Amino acid sequence: MLKAIFHGQLQLGLAQAAAAALAALTVVILAGRRGIHLEKDLAIAMVRGLAQIVAVGSILLLLLKAPSWTSIFLLSAMIVAAGATSAKRAKGMPGAFEVSTWAIGGGAGLMIAIMTLLGVIDTPITALVPIGSMMIANAMNTNGLALNRFRSDVLAHVGEIETALALGADGKTSVAPYVQVSFEASLIPAIDSLRSLGIVWIPGLMAGMLLSGARPIYAAIYQFVLLAMIFASSGLTSLVSTLLIRSRVMTPADQLILRPGQ
Amino acid sequence: MLLRADKLGRSVPGKVLVTEATFEVRKAEILAIVGPSGSGKSSLLRLLNRLDEPTEGNVYLDEVDYRQIAPRELRRRVGMVMQRPYLFAGTVLDNLRFGPRQRGEDLSLEAVEELLAGVGLSGFASRDVSNLSGGEAQRVSFARALANTPEVLLLDEPTSALDDDAKREVEALIQRIGHEQGVACVLVTHDAAQAARLAERVLVLESGRIVRIGLAAEVLRA
Repeated sequence: MLKAIFHGQLQLGLAQAAAAALAALTVVILAGRRGIHLEKDLAIAMVRGLAQIVAVGSILLLLLKAPSWTSIFLLSAMIVAAGATSAKRAKGMPGAFEVSTWAIGGGAGLMIAIMTLLGVIDTPITALVPIGSMMIANAMNTNGLALNRFRSDVLAHVGEIETALALGADGKTSVAPYVQVSFEASLIPAIDSLRSLGIVWIPGLMAGMLLSGARPIYAAIYQFVLLAMIFASSGLTSLVSTLLIRSRVMTPADQLILRPGQ
Repeated sequence: MLLRADKLGRSVPGKVLVTEATFEVRKAEILAIVGPSGSGKSSLLRLLNRLDEPTEGNVYLDEVDYRQIAPRELRRRVGMVMQRPYLFAGTVLDNLRFGPRQRGEDLSLEAVEELLAGVGLSGFASRDVSNLSGGEAQRVSFARALANTPEVLLLDEPTSALDDDAKREVEALIQRIGHEQGVACVLVTHDAAQAARLAERVLVLESGRIVRIGLAAEVLRA
């Protein structure tokens, strides 16, 4: 229907974005009627998301012929931005930005580097940046989930944690059960994506490869490769962030910093 | 004296929780800390095993500055029982072994039975903690703290969540620990009658300051 009205690609794209945004807005209104207010978060996220993707698209356009090493700068900037974004899911947790950035850098960044060196990810900027960004974005989500879960579990179990401390346990041992739960919970979406691949969803990359003439079986295998890389980078990110954050919620004298109302 | 607080205090932004608290805890005595709600009783107790960091003053354990003692060793020597038992999932045995395991020690079954007998729970070692009553759970938390062989036991309103029968059992237990086992107890309570029943000495706290300290009969009569 929109294609019949809008003939220019840019106008059509904006109209399609408006339709998708309207659908998201409907969900927010429905949630608002049940007392769950996401309006501000969603409005900011949508405007930011659209502006960012258009900006990156424009930069990619400019960099199409740039040497591959310039990808390092783009991906590094993405890692820092991802660290800042997911740190916001861990309000009140000391050092959340540093932990998130190190975790995403150590998880997604390391995995991108290894896979690129192995030749699993192609080096041209048009391949490396989009695939790398997928891995960073998923690592960011996993990291946000892990920190958010850890924060809420610690706040809900202050009594148990301080009891363990009072019995002579060190800080790391006292929060260990919540580190484990946070790590497991953060990986549920990545595991479900891998599990439902091809049945529940066929990601865009496969469709793009088919359209650009790749053999269907290779496109399918590469889709699995991508999701396995996403899982590996997300898992490593979550592992690093939960290990780093556990020592940030304790003072050197093993006193719990993160407590309700503080 | 075993434990000595010297001008001890803690402030958080915008609020003084405890200030200028100077007192001592003697061997094998029960010292009660009483005062109205919000007077800083629990805050003061938490400073004694360094669960919170003092912002003023100091604490000495056997005349050693407690910042010179590793926090884990300090908390072994100055044990604590909370208002709620906060038992860890598993059996009573798992809970009693928790403290010694932190130092790489394994509590023998005989030692576990002895501790359980001491709190009136003989034969409870294999019980799952989810099946215990409130009073039983609190007594397990006492046995768990005692498994660390502390020299001082900090008790943060340990009977406030219990019914009358369980409360009487725990009070008897506190007296046994203090007077028979010789473990000094610092009992926080909002119940002056309980302080009179259990403690030799009483410390009264108001707005974070000690306003009276002395023999229970004298302080509580004032």
